[in-house]
Amino acid sequence: MTLNLDSKIPEGPMAEKWSNYIAEQKLVNPSNKRKFKIIVVGTGLAGASAAATFGELGYQVETFTFHDSPRRAHSIAAQGGINAAKNYQGDGDSVHRLFYDTVKGGDFRSREANVHRLAEVSVNIIDQMVAQGVPFAREYGGLLDNRSFGGAQVSRTFYARGQTGQQLLLGAYQQLSRQIGLGNVKLWNRIEMVDVVNIDGRCAGIVTRDLMTGEVRSHAAHAVVLATGGYGNAFFLSTNAMACNVTAAWRAHRRGAGFANPCYTQIHPTCIPQADEFQSKLTLMSESLRNDGRIWVPKDPDETRPAADVPEDDRDYYLERIYPSFGNLAPRDVSSRAAKRAVDAGQGVGPLKNGVYLDFADAIGRLGQDVIEERYGNLFDMYERITGESPYERPMRIYPASHYTMGGLWVDYELQTTVPGLFAAGEANFSDHGANRLGASALMQGLSDGYFVLPYTIAPYLSNLLNKPIPDETHEAFTAAEQEARDRYQGYLDIGGTKSPDHFHRELGKIIWDYCGMSRTEAGLQKALSEIPALHAEFKKDLRVTGDGHSLNQTLEKAARVDDFFELGMLMCKDALVREESCGGHFRDEYQTDEGEALRDDDDFAHVTAWEWSGDPENPIENREQLEYEVVKFATRSYK
Amino acid sequence: MTTLTNITLKIWRQDGPEGQGRFETHQIPQISDEASFLEMLDILNERLIEENKEAIVFDHDCREGICGTCSLMIDGQAHGPQKGTATCQLHMRTFESGDEIVIEPFRATAFPIIKDLMVDRAPFDRIVEAGGFITAPTGGAPDANLIPIPKPVSDSAMDNAACIGCGACVAACPNGAASLFTSAKLTHLNLLPQGQAERFKRAETMVETMEEYFGSCTNHGECESACPKEISIDSIAVMNTDYRKSKIKNRKALSRR
Amino acid sequence: MAQTLSRGPVSGTAVKAPAKKKPFIIDLYATAVGKKYVMAITGLIGIGFVITHMIGNLKMYLGVVTESNGDQIYDLDVYGEFLRELLVPILPRTYFLWGLRLVLIGAVLLHIHAAYGLTRINHGARAVKYQSARDYQVANFASRSMRYTGIVVGLFIIWHLADLTWGFANPDFVRGAAYYNLDQSLSRIPVAILYIVANIALGIHLFHGTWSLFQSMGWNNPRFNAWRRNIAIGTAAVIVAGNCSFPIAVMAGVVEYDPDAVTHPVEEAGE
Repeated sequence: MTLNLDSKIPEGPMAEKWSNYIAEQKLVNPSNKRKFKIIVVGTGLAGASAAATFGELGYQVETFTFHDSPRRAHSIAAQGGINAAKNYQGDGDSVHRLFYDTVKGGDFRSREANVHRLAEVSVNIIDQMVAQGVPFAREYGGLLDNRSFGGAQVSRTFYARGQTGQQLLLGAYQQLSRQIGLGNVKLWNRIEMVDVVNIDGRCAGIVTRDLMTGEVRSHAAHAVVLATGGYGNAFFLSTNAMACNVTAAWRAHRRGAGFANPCYTQIHPTCIPQADEFQSKLTLMSESLRNDGRIWVPKDPDETRPAADVPEDDRDYYLERIYPSFGNLAPRDVSSRAAKRAVDAGQGVGPLKNGVYLDFADAIGRLGQDVIEERYGNLFDMYERITGESPYERPMRIYPASHYTMGGLWVDYELQTTVPGLFAAGEANFSDHGANRLGASALMQGLSDGYFVLPYTIAPYLSNLLNKPIPDETHEAFTAAEQEARDRYQGYLDIGGTKSPDHFHRELGKIIWDYCGMSRTEAGLQKALSEIPALHAEFKKDLRVTGDGHSLNQTLEKAARVDDFFELGMLMCKDALVREESCGGHFRDEYQTDEGEALRDDDDFAHVTAWEWSGDPENPIENREQLEYEVVKFATRSYK
Repeated sequence: MTTLTNITLKIWRQDGPEGQGRFETHQIPQISDEASFLEMLDILNERLIEENKEAIVFDHDCREGICGTCSLMIDGQAHGPQKGTATCQLHMRTFESGDEIVIEPFRATAFPIIKDLMVDRAPFDRIVEAGGFITAPTGGAPDANLIPIPKPVSDSAMDNAACIGCGACVAACPNGAASLFTSAKLTHLNLLPQGQAERFKRAETMVETMEEYFGSCTNHGECESACPKEISIDSIAVMNTDYRKSKIKNRKALSRR
Repeated sequence: MAQTLSRGPVSGTAVKAPAKKKPFIIDLYATAVGKKYVMAITGLIGIGFVITHMIGNLKMYLGVVTESNGDQIYDLDVYGEFLRELLVPILPRTYFLWGLRLVLIGAVLLHIHAAYGLTRINHGARAVKYQSARDYQVANFASRSMRYTGIVVGLFIIWHLADLTWGFANPDFVRGAAYYNLDQSLSRIPVAILYIVANIALGIHLFHGTWSLFQSMGWNNPRFNAWRRNIAIGTAAVIVAGNCSFPIAVMAGVVEYDPDAVTHPVEEAGE
């Protein structure tokens, strides 16, 4: 245990911690702000909002995206909505309730103070986004509409049709664009971060590779913010975009940043089942569909009738049966496992018997097709485009798929990693969701980190650097890291083996999905921990990357990302192995109740596991941050 | 699930922005009709790597039709034959066995080819930077429900805000105009009460930045038909009105200073 | 037009040195959107002219009328004289007509100049063409052939003036005798065919032009948007039907100059 895991939680009662922090933090005065350069990697919700706000405040900001434009970041694909404790519906919502729901939803594995802050600023986010022109759904009276989401008994989710993520990201992108246009932020596009450089115990900058020219160079800064998203693509098949990867976070980890709870991965219950073996990615159908859709499977595994012909008595509405009070709105992990149980029992539907029905017949009968079209029209269209079946006529088929990763870089209350000067925001950090994220909370967290947390919490670190010189790109640590990166990329080209990066990614994904997916066992994880290094060794011997390193080469980009997924995959399995309990997205078959629910072990595992890089990916060093619960008392999560 | 056979692909290959391009022909002997169009290209790329050839470069990311990264002219249509669908959501069931499919990059002077099928769409960002925003610095926002917005106005703003910035409108336009892209953003922001303060400044700066890069609108309507989000060219009329007004209003505002 | 691939950081793109303010109209006309307004407004003037011109010419079907002084005269010629006498006695004879002509000439020249400017912009916007066949979905023949139908109509107007206004393209031309000249000119089969072809080109041009001008001017209202297409179709159809009926009527003998029907017959040239 050599990482310093001081969470820096402020003093005071829970509800006052954040205001105490703001009141007492060190500030940087406006004329000094321009002396500091901040690098923001990633332009999703967290990255774009942070960069825009830093720019507004007067810092020198440089922002990096590997896409052609900041607007492409994968935050754009979030469909359902964003939570906020506005209580506009007058149904009993409050900051405390959102805080409580999030801690409980996270299965008591998140840091209370962070979650409370998230709930507090959630209300500012909605105000901010409306002021920016985000066209949230409205009632006829002109006021904002809300819908309910899994894991909550109030309607606190704001949405913009099925494109909430898109609208929020475009809002943040437009604020960022304004700052770029004004000259306050510099944008580097089609550039990937490939390393972090630390000098004298603080993060001094990053090394990047230009995807168009292959040029590797360094960028020095006072502080670096990683807003580089999650690592769900470790599973190969996931709802993440094709380019989502762990490289930035992983390279930071290799340079000393602790990686927390990598085994907490969220499997989203409502995705379109895989149709064939070539499939490149899975598509999510918003969880909001569960508001009006009823999930069922035929009772008889050998059922052959079309869905509409199966009489009520022969259907098993298993969520409504097992969880009567939450029903089809049970949290994601709970409903995912229930679907898996049904499919494993042979009750699956569809040509490959790999899905369950999400049926809108009742809702269409009750509300009319117009209302359903108004609410979910674009999702239904998307489903039909992908499957060729109309959900108005026959039930959707859905199955869980990897969707979000709660784990990530360990950060303290200030969102600073274990490397001073290196911050992590959004999905890239581990902080707010514990072992399971509630629906519509990812957008909330990304924007909260970027707009309302980092702009405050980065100041104390910067104020200590005032008028102290920082090393520039000519420092030998930078040149050494650049050379290392060049060698690494040349190395992939030089292997000259026989198999493509995609081949290895698919094989790796299969191992991780089989043994570290929806349910995990000790034996399976042990097996994965022997298979992944073997496959990684083969990767290093038999990889083939065609093309060259000085023009755009997507095969080469992919090779480097897959390489990092291998090392991360080992860490995920290792983390899942040592966490001998079931909680949230981490379900160990050995640890379950008689009814098949997750069995937590609060005495031994109410901690964050932050892994430290040892130089050997098979033997990382375990560090722990004990979680203290002052307000919310441990309770078995029940959604019955 | 059925299998398509004997698909012939004619694909544009180009080494770099300056390179001389050419069509390359590839055969796809078999492909499932459940496969997406881009999965077919993935499979082809796997085969090319197996044959020790360079994979075909094409832009893509979310594969859910929302990020706007994918492009491609497929058989002379931006995003291919299916209406209201981006290339990444196009599935092989739209095609038939024995088809010859021609794939070309989006072409416009403002969208130079980077490599093969990938083009640079940076001018879209320049247009947004010029005025495609509402100035709302973090922290100063009033309560979200302070200003009610009539639902039809909000819905109409949303219709326009759905733009994914893919550039199909430019690619499909016989004139290489970006009027639909620009007017969609302009209409989204100019309809909302929050966007009124900067309404005419926005119209002026966005249109003039657009004109630095793109052609002019002659009302063919190809953009609307190619748009994966089916944004209406009525927005272009809104833009034309607001631009005209902006020329007068901005002058009036300036002359009063 | 920017076309090079940019690398390196992007920043300060919206910070521009304030341009020297030019007079409003020139400033607006310098932009493509401004040129489209000009296309629309001058096009509207043209449509107005074409419709009036056609209605005026329909008078040829009214044949001969009796003037208050008892003279028999073709109604078309009465109309011609009326145009020359417009706003008399406020203005001297033909002054107002010349005013209208100048507006029309100005509109045509601006229409051509703006079209030329827009065409250059549009060609520049896609310097390298698509290398495979395009499959247009809604762009129709009318919209894609505007500059060709425009050229046909332009050339026809010059011929038309030479034929029936200046007269040097019509060997039988007699200044001021509209009905007579019309009959003499359209009795020639090639001329009649030219009229019909040119008016079909005009109809195609007007079909896209009429619809398009609503868009360009931003006259856009959900309540009448559906009518814009119908208005365009109606305008084009009426113009084509009216104008094409003239050569057909002359060829069919429905319209024929009869020197015996009028008090002051034209002295036929060349006989």
